[in-house]
Amino acid sequence: MYKILLKQQLAPNVKLLEIEAPLIARKAQPGQFVILRMNENGERIPLTIADFNRETGTITLLFQEVGASTSELGLLNTGEFLLDLVGPLGKATHIEKIGTVVCVGGGIGIAPVYPIARGMEEAGNEVISIIGARSKDILIYEEKMAAVSNELIITTDDGSKGRKALVTEPLKELLDSDKRIRLVVAIGPVIMMKFVAETTRPYGIPTIVSLNPIMVDGTGMCGGCRVLVGNENKFACVDGPEFDGHKVDFNVLMSRQRMYKLYENEHSKYSAEKREGVCKCHSC
Amino acid sequence: MSLLLTKHPMPEQEVTARVENFDEVTLGYTLELAKAEAERCLQCKTAPCRKGCPVEVDIPAFIKKVKAGDLDSAIAKIKEVNSLPAVCGRVCPQEEQCEKYCVLAKKGEAVGIGRLERYAADTARNKGEAITAIECSAAAQKVAIIGSGPAGLTVAGDLAKKGYKVTVFEALHLPGGVLMYGIPEFRLPKDEVVQAEINNLRKLGVEIIVNAVIGSTFTVDELMEKEGFDAVFIGTGAGLPHFMEIPGENLNGVYSANEFLTRCNLMKAYRFPQSATPIHVGKRVAVVGGGNVAMDGARTALRLGAEQVSIVYRRSEKELPARLEEVHHAKEEGIEFQLLTAPTAVLGNVDGWVIGLQCVRMELGEPDASGRRRPVEAPNSEFVLDVDTVIIAIGQGPNPLVQSTTKGLKTNKKGNIIADIDNGATSKPGVFAGGDIVTGAATVILAMGAGKKAAAAIDTYLQGKKECSL
Ligand SMILES: Cc1cc2nc3c(=O)[nH]c(=O)nc-3n(C[C@H](O)[C@H](O)[C@H](O)COP(=O)(O)OP(=O)(O)OC[C@H]3O[C@@H](n4cnc5c(N)ncnc54)[C@H](O)[C@@H]3O)c2cc1C
Ligand SMILES: Cc1cc2nc3c(=O)[nH]c(=O)nc-3n(C[C@H](O)[C@H](O)[C@H](O)COP(=O)(O)OP(=O)(O)OC[C@H]3O[C@@H](n4cnc5c(N)ncnc54)[C@H](O)[C@@H]3O)c2cc1C
Ligand code: SF4
Ligand code: SF4
Ligand code: FES
Repeated sequence: MYKILLKQQLAPNVKLLEIEAPLIARKAQPGQFVILRMNENGERIPLTIADFNRETGTITLLFQEVGASTSELGLLNTGEFLLDLVGPLGKATHIEKIGTVVCVGGGIGIAPVYPIARGMEEAGNEVISIIGARSKDILIYEEKMAAVSNELIITTDDGSKGRKALVTEPLKELLDSDKRIRLVVAIGPVIMMKFVAETTRPYGIPTIVSLNPIMVDGTGMCGGCRVLVGNENKFACVDGPEFDGHKVDFNVLMSRQRMYKLYENEHSKYSAEKREGVCKCHSC
Repeated sequence: MSLLLTKHPMPEQEVTARVENFDEVTLGYTLELAKAEAERCLQCKTAPCRKGCPVEVDIPAFIKKVKAGDLDSAIAKIKEVNSLPAVCGRVCPQEEQCEKYCVLAKKGEAVGIGRLERYAADTARNKGEAITAIECSAAAQKVAIIGSGPAGLTVAGDLAKKGYKVTVFEALHLPGGVLMYGIPEFRLPKDEVVQAEINNLRKLGVEIIVNAVIGSTFTVDELMEKEGFDAVFIGTGAGLPHFMEIPGENLNGVYSANEFLTRCNLMKAYRFPQSATPIHVGKRVAVVGGGNVAMDGARTALRLGAEQVSIVYRRSEKELPARLEEVHHAKEEGIEFQLLTAPTAVLGNVDGWVIGLQCVRMELGEPDASGRRRPVEAPNSEFVLDVDTVIIAIGQGPNPLVQSTTKGLKTNKKGNIIADIDNGATSKPGVFAGGDIVTGAATVILAMGAGKKAAAAIDTYLQGKKECSL
């Protein structure tokens, strides 16, 4: 059992949990993730390790309530427990001093970009960050990102904060004006990562993206997380989750993420009914 | 008394009922049936049956006890060498092992050794076995076991009984390996049999730590250098699913058997939405492969509501590697067999979903390296199977996580750990390995046999180590 030491609401539908997990905190590196299960009937939910503290033995997870399982997770409170938590999983981000790095975070993806930006900065790189969200009330981690970046650019779709633009606009300007950029790291919605990769491609700037296909075990056993990278199947949980954005087939990823769309409603309806005590299944 | 040429049939759920549920198909012998079946054993002095069993269960001896109705002694006899008889009795490919060598098999059917073994084990379990924890002294040496499949569990049990302090590390949230995530409930009940057997090990004093991925949470070197383990056994199995490398394998509706079975068995997707993990089963399902994994995938799909399920296998019926009983049950349940057939592409629609499996017919040519006749493509035989789900069960390889993070651990070309078949010793001192991670995907009893040998070797190694340090 893994204790929730802190719960915060960061934005509508975006929550943070700090969890006691000394074995994972000891090993965690930027770019890695965990898989958790709330209870006996729970799904295995993969979440990026948004932060870790080796001294206190804690890890931080940030998640967006998008469906039944993440909504149920959002109901857990400080002092309660997760049944299962395994990690750190996946390969860590390769961090070294290379010069100027642009870190792009979109929506909830800003959270996993943060430890990478911090790592890049600590390694002596100049870090330029671009963070974007639909609107200012769902923009997270502004101060944290500012603290680890030499320059921070904010964009919102509706212009309620920063520039009214998609993250790719300032990125393109940077690529045009700043010839020192060596690497771009982008995490966010698949469509954003796809367009970031398209933006950097003509400039030949290496671009790392972090993929989130549907997973089960997270150990390379099921193959459900396979993604097409450079025309080869890779298992995101062990070969990734980070890959060369110029080689990823984002369309296959987006299609595969829709595999259970039909089932999501049924699950959400069931969970809601169970919460409200109107479920008639006679077995819960 | 004239000798009965056939085994006493084991009571089973009716076909029409069982394809609608996940309860166990076979119901096990009653005492009368078990005694009657035990009567068939000739108690051969040379006991040729024993040499077919990788752990050499003393078959005539335990059968004699069953015949006498002395089940306590029967199970004690089996457990001398086999710590998971309720599992083996159910899943061993007996026709290839013990029963193959039974003298009765020459004229008719062999003695139902597996069925009797299962009966003895189930009876003991239902009665409630008294298990006393083995006290280990404060100075006891520590052994880490990586992976809680049959290989790891066997080593754990044997070494705990010898007084070592044993800790099993398992990556998943439940122990058991393939017994939990792969083999379906209707063939091997999870709570009733697998977890019950594992709880017996816990009672013995074995500690099981789940959610621990070795290679990540700890490395083997850390276990030995920092966590104070004196020896390590690696039993991580063959868990990495192979794909066919044909077009369309990433379409929605294509599963590896591992994923399909894991969702159903480990994650209990057959109870969706009560259980939160979904599973997709279309109306018409093709399962590619001919082993136990393929039969399990096919029969699971049927129970999840598929209207038509076909096994697609590139050789002929004779070469099907699955247990006879599984093939028999699959046929009874209405699974179709597309034999001498090989897929060439998965076809999809614009939305990215499977709409068919393109195949070619095969003919058997010259024998290949395995001695079996090599299937070759028949000219102009292409056709399309009308399916909306494809389950790929063409084999699994070793997961590289432990090998790639352990210094000085040698592997072969396929990535399997190289270990001595007699004692499990690897290229790294103090590190032993066995089961599917060494041999490639094999059987439960072979994994247990490897575990037994490794446990004995670890014992010898640790005795020596103790003396050195005195
Ligand atoms: C390596 C990795 C890291 C991730 N990190 C984060 C994170 O830090 N914060 C965060 O909010 N989300 C993260 N996700 C996504 C998160 O796991 C899913 O949003 C969550 O599982 C959805 O579950 P649900 O039941 O609430 O939604 P559902 O209603 O089941 O699904 C909503 C969407 O999530 C996708 N999804 C469903 N199950 C999974 C699954 N097991 N794995 C991946 N995607 C799934 C579905 O395809 C669908 O598009 C990560 C995913 C991966 C693979
Ligand atoms: C669907 C299916 C049906 C089968 N049917 C039969 C049958 O009827 N009869 C038969 O005899 N055999 C059958 N087999 C084969 C048999 O199950 C295997 O040969 C046997 O389980 C191998 O045992 P093992 O202990 O080597 O490994 P496994 O049972 O594979 O167990 C390995 C365990 O190690 C864990 N692990 C892996 N890596 C790590 C790590 N880095 N850290 C921690 N833990 C880790 C895994 O999660 C797993 O729990 C079947 C196999 C499958 C897949
Ligand atoms: S363990 Fe398997 S092979 Fe050995 S006697 Fe029992 S059923 Fe036969
Ligand atoms: S060979 Fe057959 S008949 Fe002879 S002892 Fe073994 S099981 Fe009995
Ligand atoms: S999640 Fe199963 S192999 Fe990656």
